[in-house]
Amino acid sequence: MLNIHKIISQKNLLIGGSIVFLAIGVAVFAPFIATFDPITDADLMLSEMPPDDSFIFGTDPQGRDVFSRVVYGARVSLSVGIVTQVINTFIGVSLGLVAGYMGSRWDDAIMGLTNIMLSIPVVVFALAIMAALGPGLFNIYIALGLTNWAYSCRITRAQVLSVKNSDYVKAAKVLGYSHFSIMFSQILPNVLGPVLVIATLGAAEAILMEAALSFLGLGAQPPTPSWGGMLASARELFFIAPWMSIFPGLAIFITVLGLNLFGDGLRDYLDPRNVLKSKD
Amino acid sequence: MFVFTIRRLLQFIPTIMGITLIIFVLLNMIPGNAALSTAGRLELSPEVVEQLKKDLELDKPAYVRYFNYVSRLAQGDMGTSYLRRYDVKEIVLTRLPATLKLALSAMLIAILLGVPLGFFAALKQGSWLDVFATVIAVGGVSIPQFWLGIILMYIFSYSLQILPTSGYGNGAFINLIMPALTLGIGYAAMLARTTRAAVIEVLSADFVRTAKAKGLSSARINIRHVLRNALVLILTTTGLLFGSLIGQTVIVERLFSWPGIGSLLVESIFQRDIPVAQGCLVVIIVIFLVVNLLVDVLYHFINPQIDYQ
Repeated sequence: MLNIHKIISQKNLLIGGSIVFLAIGVAVFAPFIATFDPITDADLMLSEMPPDDSFIFGTDPQGRDVFSRVVYGARVSLSVGIVTQVINTFIGVSLGLVAGYMGSRWDDAIMGLTNIMLSIPVVVFALAIMAALGPGLFNIYIALGLTNWAYSCRITRAQVLSVKNSDYVKAAKVLGYSHFSIMFSQILPNVLGPVLVIATLGAAEAILMEAALSFLGLGAQPPTPSWGGMLASARELFFIAPWMSIFPGLAIFITVLGLNLFGDGLRDYLDPRNVLKSKD
Repeated sequence: MFVFTIRRLLQFIPTIMGITLIIFVLLNMIPGNAALSTAGRLELSPEVVEQLKKDLELDKPAYVRYFNYVSRLAQGDMGTSYLRRYDVKEIVLTRLPATLKLALSAMLIAILLGVPLGFFAALKQGSWLDVFATVIAVGGVSIPQFWLGIILMYIFSYSLQILPTSGYGNGAFINLIMPALTLGIGYAAMLARTTRAAVIEVLSADFVRTAKAKGLSSARINIRHVLRNALVLILTTTGLLFGSLIGQTVIVERLFSWPGIGSLLVESIFQRDIPVAQGCLVVIIVIFLVVNLLVDVLYHFINPQIDYQ
């Protein structure tokens, strides 16, 4: 149940939620917010102009409006956050359900794989996948979607183990429900809360990672406006045109901050130990 | 203790096997021809390509190559670069010290900044220091590392002109400061957060109350009882963070033109030089595994109550 008082008392949830909501709004309504076209409105006469009234974030070497590019860049970053977490969560939850519910060999195999996943740093793993697939936004979705599911897998498995022998799961078995329907209708709802927290924090991590991979030149290819890509192209010009770096960087920082705050707030909100706190 | 260390070392083997298999499968999805010609950036005649493939064993089936690769790796042979035909082990080992230097300095910064910040924030919950620590902790985790690096460059190299923008500078300390700070600050934030949580948890433990009842001074309680018990969690986090930090060196090295394994990895990926990329990945992962083993062993010294049997 949503508890309005509890939500308001959670500053993290409120501030983080507002930032995330705002970022999604910017991404969805980008064409209405942006003052120029992020790709085609290029004018070399207006190259590297500092921020002024018409170009509030300045312009880049091609004379494109940095503000409009930052606005459209929200689409790339948020899509990375959402797509990768959908893939991660799907893999993690499915494997966790199977490992916990089926047990024995399934459990050993899946947990072995999970431990291997946890022993490779995500950046390194993503880089290896990018090496095989080549640069591009679609490949970033795949690389980051396949590498960060270990936590949701573990937490799902733990949750399954704790409810597997509960009376209602036994009852469902006696009533003749299939394994599949028990996993999805009886066990899955118990896992959703913690998994949502992991996915929110994971989205923040994925956005940072996409920016980093784009910075290395592996992300969305020009002229697509992406925050990491903008930073990569602005790097050489930092001392001449710092606005080209400052604004995309701030956009990443604020979005990731919002997701982190929201994730933390959500965790506190869902933590049963906090029920006591909110009552007094 | 000894038995435990040996057992943990033996667990390395399946993990390494699994990891090498995953990396091998990934990197060998690139077709041999494409890899060779991109690596050489040349239009090679078909005969030359055939000869090269034979030399590099690319004409053999993948499972044979994997078997050969692993058995050679076990003997410390990482193969030969596609691009310049140098020995991969040699080049990786030449680059290793720079990466270790950067990673260890960054970890040191993270510990020296993060642990005290989290510790004092927990002791004085709700104070301005606590608020400051929380803001730093959330902000530090959310800031894109390379962006932070660019800003540090602007401040220290451009405005103040006291530090070099980038490069290794033949190992000069002055060149290390900015990369290490860039890499370390985010981890300091994470450590501050863990330390704060760990210390708050320990503060409410029974033995702390007992110690207070015994009339021990608060300095003695905080150091001998609270910090020591919180250290177990702090150490675990440090171990885990170190792995992620080793991964992040890739980006920081690239930003500061630091001649470590990370920049070598990125270069080899762009050049599709598979043996070099494989070598870098394996070395980075082995470092991570070794660090985690060390952390496990260190536990025992900090808290002998942990029973491994």
